[in-house]
Amino acid sequence: MSIVVDALTKSYGQQNAIDTISFSAAKGEIVGLLGPNGAGKTTTMKILTCFMPPTSGTAQVCGLTVGKDDIAIKKKIGYLPEHNPLYGTMYVKEYLRFVERIHQLSKDIGRIPRLIELVGLGREQNKKISQLSKGYKQRVGLAQAMIHDPEVLILDEPISGLDPNQLVEIRSLISNLKKDKTVIFSSHILQEVESICDKIVILDKGKIVASDSLTTLNSTSDKTLTITIELLNGISADILTKVDGVERVEPISDKEYLISSKYDNRAQIFDQIVGSGNKLVGMTKEKKSLEAVFKNVTQGRK
Amino acid sequence: MRSIYLKELSSFFSSLTGYMVLVIFLLITGLFAWVFSNTSIPSYNYASIGQLFVIAPMVLLFLIPALTMQTFAQEKQQRTMEFLNTKPLTDTQIVLGKYFACMTLVALAILPTLIYYYSVYQLGSPKGNIDSGATIGSYTGLFLLASVFVSIGLFMSSLTDNQIVAFILTAFSCFLVYFAFSFIGDLPSLFGKWDDLVKYFGIEYHYDNISKGRIDTRDVIYFVSLASMFIWLTMVSLSRRGW
Repeated sequence: MSIVVDALTKSYGQQNAIDTISFSAAKGEIVGLLGPNGAGKTTTMKILTCFMPPTSGTAQVCGLTVGKDDIAIKKKIGYLPEHNPLYGTMYVKEYLRFVERIHQLSKDIGRIPRLIELVGLGREQNKKISQLSKGYKQRVGLAQAMIHDPEVLILDEPISGLDPNQLVEIRSLISNLKKDKTVIFSSHILQEVESICDKIVILDKGKIVASDSLTTLNSTSDKTLTITIELLNGISADILTKVDGVERVEPISDKEYLISSKYDNRAQIFDQIVGSGNKLVGMTKEKKSLEAVFKNVTQGRK
Repeated sequence: MRSIYLKELSSFFSSLTGYMVLVIFLLITGLFAWVFSNTSIPSYNYASIGQLFVIAPMVLLFLIPALTMQTFAQEKQQRTMEFLNTKPLTDTQIVLGKYFACMTLVALAILPTLIYYYSVYQLGSPKGNIDSGATIGSYTGLFLLASVFVSIGLFMSSLTDNQIVAFILTAFSCFLVYFAFSFIGDLPSLFGKWDDLVKYFGIEYHYDNISKGRIDTRDVIYFVSLASMFIWLTMVSLSRRGW
């Protein structure tokens, strides 16, 4: 296990930022920390990176305990903080050389160019950091976190504020790392997590409300599915409710309907519509999103 | 430590700070030592660069705060402190790296004034008629004084994330440590026979002693322990990261 968090608690005065949370991540896994703002994602990460000590509980990184072997842990971790702090007055390469020196890495002239290539900074590599756009700054932040080839990467909201193209690139960058690194990253945008994580930990108000692999999370939640249909001519909703498994029919317009079903009964719906003499021009099964899972688990606690 | 040291030093020279400190220090000391007739060495008629060591502490009194104010305050404000604290660096390495970078810049400012010594050495009649012992002592004293000012500056900068606050606190504290004790000691009938003891706590007393060319271990210990104390306080202040 690369990361083992056991009954970790951090309190600020009366308030618990995180409250007895436990989870673990195996080597090579990508774990998504998910939750609304103020759920305790950043606090968890700050403890894992030895930035601040926990109030109680233990956290282990690569078998080393936070609070005891801090320097050794920091050597094994690459961390991209939420606000991505950079030295604006430095040049990209100058900054990376500085980080290289902090880690006391062996001389390797090729390291920085390779890294620049990897994160896609090529065109901007000779600029001052303050001149870069947000997406490129984020890449510098990622490069900084990966320079020493760490075993564990901790990324705090790495893809927030990026444009759609950058989002895709950074996301594929993270999922390509996968093979030999453990990655923990946080987000409050569910789609981000969905596509690249092996495992998801959902936090709400400092507590873990769900922690499992994506497939189990999807299957344990509410199984109803939503089907959208589009017809050539208007139809009475009653005809649709007669189909076995249909729970509810909501008209979007007189030719479009949203159907909630207990199981996948698209074939029966098709037959029913054709049987009534109408023509079906479109039918889609809405993908069950994490959004729904998230709503399920967080709303149950209110 | 080396990484921080090099980064700080290059940041001094990639911004204007480094050049400004060098230019202003040399400009002011140069003007007072050679141009203004009230204080200039040529009009003094003695082969001595003592004037330099009267002016230099005053200049350092506001230049060193300007140099040190950014050290930690800026890192906190830019949140880069979080970056440094999550890298394999100890607080000691961070503090000492910054400390030696500032000291290097101060040394670079003081170093060119050796030309003053050489000039007076050449101008002396007979040639070489200058109290070299006192000059060596004065340079040592100035350097020790700067090392205390820098340590105070680092500490004040570690207390706040506002550079202006750090500047004012440092300038004021340096002023206190340098002059205040002598002023209080000079007040008539305040401490009576304790006057000398009060003065002993201030920098001026020890600086004057060393400037005479007599490098007394007691004075050196005073400076070193004062600087170490503020460096230690800086580390304490950094280790309490506000949780």
